[in-house]
Amino acid sequence: MARLPLRVLALLYLLLLLVLPVVLVAWRTFEHGVGAFVDALSTPNAIHAFAVTGSVAVWSVLANTLFGVGMAVLLVRHRFPGKRIVNALIDLPLAVSPVVVGLALILVYGRFAPVGGWLERHGLQVIFSLPGMVLATIFVSLPLVVRAIVPVLEELGEDQEQAAHTLGASRWQTFRRITLPGIRGALGYGVVLCLARALGEYGAVAVVSGRQVGQTQTATLFVEERYQNFDTGSAFAVATVLALAAVLILLVTKLLRRKEVL
Amino acid sequence: MAIEVRDVNKAFGATPVLTGITLDIAAGSLTALLGPSGGGKSTLLRVIAGLEQPDTGTVTINGVDATRLSPQRRNVGFVFQHYAAFKHLTVLRNVAFGLEVRKRPKAEVRARVRELLELVHLEQMADRYPAQLSGGQRQRMALARALAVEPEVLLLDEPFGALDAQVRKELRTWLRRLHDEVHVTTVFVTHDQEEAMDVADEIVVLADGRVQQVGRPSEIYENPANPFVMGFLGPITVLNGQLVRPHDVELSRTPVDGGVEAVVTRIVSLGFEIRIEARAGGADVWAQLTDASARALDVRPGDTLYFRPAATANALTAVPV
Repeated sequence: MARLPLRVLALLYLLLLLVLPVVLVAWRTFEHGVGAFVDALSTPNAIHAFAVTGSVAVWSVLANTLFGVGMAVLLVRHRFPGKRIVNALIDLPLAVSPVVVGLALILVYGRFAPVGGWLERHGLQVIFSLPGMVLATIFVSLPLVVRAIVPVLEELGEDQEQAAHTLGASRWQTFRRITLPGIRGALGYGVVLCLARALGEYGAVAVVSGRQVGQTQTATLFVEERYQNFDTGSAFAVATVLALAAVLILLVTKLLRRKEVL
Repeated sequence: MAIEVRDVNKAFGATPVLTGITLDIAAGSLTALLGPSGGGKSTLLRVIAGLEQPDTGTVTINGVDATRLSPQRRNVGFVFQHYAAFKHLTVLRNVAFGLEVRKRPKAEVRARVRELLELVHLEQMADRYPAQLSGGQRQRMALARALAVEPEVLLLDEPFGALDAQVRKELRTWLRRLHDEVHVTTVFVTHDQEEAMDVADEIVVLADGRVQQVGRPSEIYENPANPFVMGFLGPITVLNGQLVRPHDVELSRTPVDGGVEAVVTRIVSLGFEIRIEARAGGADVWAQLTDASARALDVRPGDTLYFRPAATANALTAVPV
């Protein structure tokens, strides 16, 4: 039986690669008890890092939701010149390294770049500040909502929307009453994926944030910085929270998927 | 005239779909757009509804030039082949949709929806979702939904095309009765000549993007304008280059003027009528007889018979192929 060794191999692989590291992080986190864990999370810098991650995530998910729905409708329901190029460009963020994304954003929005300089003279600092971090996060998670919705929108077809039009519904009424309920599940799935990506983003945000402790430091940056400074307690505590958030998000996507099947 | 279509042309890319369509549809009539698939009938219906724009030409609905109006403003009811049911809404909310987007008072909506559900016999199904209905029920729901907004014209695109034969027959009888009750100008698309003849007051035969003939069902059947219409509306056989309906063929055992000599190959009994198939020279001919006249002739395979069009027959000269 070749099946048994194969199964053992697969389990061993997952154990060494996935289970062991996560379990060890959790174990190290609670090594000195729950009290130490809570203490590590309640330092002003840790709380601030979660707050930054939270606002970056909220803004980028919001932007990608609006853009994603609009772009999906445009790609599926409309014909326009350059559609294939747009379609290909949307997947670019999946291929480009986040560090490159960060550097590219600095080239455009940095203080000494034309666009960035102009914005800064008008009171908006992008790089080394929240807007830049939001931009970087939007960039890396750009395709997630679009790609979740497009197949569902194609599957849905145009009949229902056309029926709504002939019944007197305006474009907006049709979108809100017919299209949106039709893509609800897929949209939820895309948003959750986007949220997970936003919470976990490191590379692009590391470049554009300037990593200023207590100012532009996100939770992932906090983990890295604490670890480098031999404060493993704090690093592991925040890492565990991020891992738990990821597990929670995975559960939600499973739930959304199951609903979709029904 | 409820609908006036003038010189409508439409092409998809380089392929012409509608060519010089001019058509009048009388108020309160029940009209069938009949033709083979790809003949342009669905496109014409969608042009009337505003779901497609004609390249040139105009569409007038009840005296108003609707050519540039969006479907939203045309006040037409449209029923799709695959129902286009709003899957996330109950039957009740589906039917209420047009009234809700028009922001009619709740009490009025409720009363009107109840009335319509009774009309289409779905009052027991009001709280179900479309997925819980049969195909026939879904199509009746779609019809009620289209009628709810009191459309000026009702357009149905192959409304029974996705249903099985039994339900199809029931629904078309029912559509005929519904039209007699509601009297809304109705146009439906079909590729089934029997369905068109059964239901419609008026038939428009469309093929190759052109109107081939317009008329009452009996007119079109008896006086087809061209060989295509004749062949599409019913069975034909070719005698001496003449297209004839097989039931308009006279048979005799002795040579007759204009008769085609043929050897009987097969006799098929279809209950009350008999089909006689024969071979004449290099071609097949056939005739349809009543049971009684076939028995009087006492014909058997291998017999030689003379086929000729009856004196009363409407024959057309076949176009050489």
